[in-house]
Amino acid sequence: MTSLSKDSQPAVQPRSSLDKNLDRGFIWLTLLFALAVAGVLIWMTVVVGIGAIPAMLKYGVGFIFSSNWDAVNDEYGALPQLYGTLVSSIIALIFAVPIGLGVALFLSEDYLPTRIQVVIVFLVELLAAIPSVVYGLWGIAVLVPIMKAIGGQIYNLFGWIPIFGTPPSATGLGMLPAGLVLAVMVLPTIAAISRDALISLPPDLRQAAVGLGATRWEAIIKILVPAAFSGIVGAIMLALGRALGETMAVTLLIGNSNNISASILAPGSTISSLLALKFAEADGLQVSALMYSALLLFAITLLVNVLAEMLVRRVQRI
Amino acid sequence: MNNDEFNADLLKRSPGSPRTLFGILMTGLTFLSAGIALLPLVAVIGFVIAKGGSRIKLGVFTELPPTAYQVDGGGFGNAIQGTIILVVIAALISIPIGVLAAVYLTEFGKGTKLADWIRFFTNVLSGVPSIIVGVFAYGVIVLNLKNLGIGNGYSTFAGGFALSILMLPIIVRATEESLKLVPPEVRQAAVGLGATNFQTVSWVVLPAALPAIITGTTLAIARAAGETAPLLFTALFSQYYLPLSEKGPNALYEPTASLAVLVYNFATRPFENQKELAWAASLILVLMVLLTSIISRIATSRKVY
Repeated sequence: MTSLSKDSQPAVQPRSSLDKNLDRGFIWLTLLFALAVAGVLIWMTVVVGIGAIPAMLKYGVGFIFSSNWDAVNDEYGALPQLYGTLVSSIIALIFAVPIGLGVALFLSEDYLPTRIQVVIVFLVELLAAIPSVVYGLWGIAVLVPIMKAIGGQIYNLFGWIPIFGTPPSATGLGMLPAGLVLAVMVLPTIAAISRDALISLPPDLRQAAVGLGATRWEAIIKILVPAAFSGIVGAIMLALGRALGETMAVTLLIGNSNNISASILAPGSTISSLLALKFAEADGLQVSALMYSALLLFAITLLVNVLAEMLVRRVQRI
Repeated sequence: MNNDEFNADLLKRSPGSPRTLFGILMTGLTFLSAGIALLPLVAVIGFVIAKGGSRIKLGVFTELPPTAYQVDGGGFGNAIQGTIILVVIAALISIPIGVLAAVYLTEFGKGTKLADWIRFFTNVLSGVPSIIVGVFAYGVIVLNLKNLGIGNGYSTFAGGFALSILMLPIIVRATEESLKLVPPEVRQAAVGLGATNFQTVSWVVLPAALPAIITGTTLAIARAAGETAPLLFTALFSQYYLPLSEKGPNALYEPTASLAVLVYNFATRPFENQKELAWAASLILVLMVLLTSIISRIATSRKVY
């Protein structure tokens, strides 16, 4: 038996230094990559910012107030595009917010059995999965002819109101069809995140409200929606961020004319459509001017997204 | 109080009261909005299938895009090849980085301020418009390649890089979700048997989360394949196949066709043949997204650990 005890070794050996270093190296590697992912955002700001410097020096703040895009004389300004970006997004929100909230309520109440609810949630999310360019193609073929006819009627009846003050263009392209397709594209964001905010509310809220004699809708309007308000606002902000930067569908549908019109039936353009159309053929100072407008769009969407993220985060923490 | 005087009717909901009517109205409106929300889904998918389906023939997958006056025939073989190569480049860049970053967030940095900030940045990154990512890829890859004298800078590689940036936050988030589903006992058991952190993650945690990670990654790839904006001034478009057999990897320095850009280019052309091809290419993009979404839905609904 003595020989056995001589041969036996301690069951646990100290780790070799290779093992230890490998382990430490691995943790550092994952940290490095995690920092790299976050760093991309900063890298992006730097790259777009540096590209924009020549145009910033030449045009300064006046870039925002000029509506000239003249590649021959190198005179650039992005006012119509800024205007179009904001207006098309606002149109999208006007349609998407009420419908999105309706969907969120429809899917957070107990109208349907859970199994069917889950399927509808999935279908609504699919709306966000369809590529933007496919929406654009569909918009040109299906939506634009319909909107042209409807727009003509609106102009005949309400032409005296400035926002309907022009007849639809010959092609039918314009702010309204672009805004409508944007509404479809951002609707899933509003519906899904608002629903999350609503279903994560503690059930006691509803029980208390109903116990005090509130009807379903009194509970929703007076208790549940106010309680989920910051989540809903976060959802709307995220949707706004998406709408502001959405490119392909808008480029195909907005008509891309470099003008500012109060009428939503008139064509317009957005920063993203400007980039999509001009960037590939641009050189010299025009590239820098495009980078400048890209930086503006980047800054706006960053601001909106950071605010949205903070709001949504607060909800998740509750 | 006298019990006989108690009027039970007061406790009943009166069907004609404004409160009840208001409730019925609002309930009706929510049903209506759900209907309106699903209408475009049906309309888009229906039109894409109806218009694209008839144009899908075998030749579509091998032939080159038709010229303006080619009334019949042609396809988008080169765009399919291009889309696959772009997506492969994007996946090769973003999957290793994204998965390891998520490992840090869930395994090592859990609960730290740093991990919180990284997660915040990642979420904001996922909201950056895809066209801005295109501008970024132009600044990072196209301009530098041009300065180095490699072609004119517009290249397949630049397009793949742009798509990888778009995929990165999606992969981080999907991997994080998958890793969170692995119960802590599994990790404790591994560590208890003497495994190092590296061994625990690479031999135990990642394999357990692998099916979920694969589903998330597949979704990210399907989404990336439909992205157009970041390719417009990075990968551009090409009328021909990438000359991979002649030039090997150097072919990646040349522009490439892709399904998404083909749809964009042909959508506004006045020629019927090209328009039909745009619909057919859309059908392929839509089917890809639909199928991956449905499959991943089924896969993730059966969570077994």
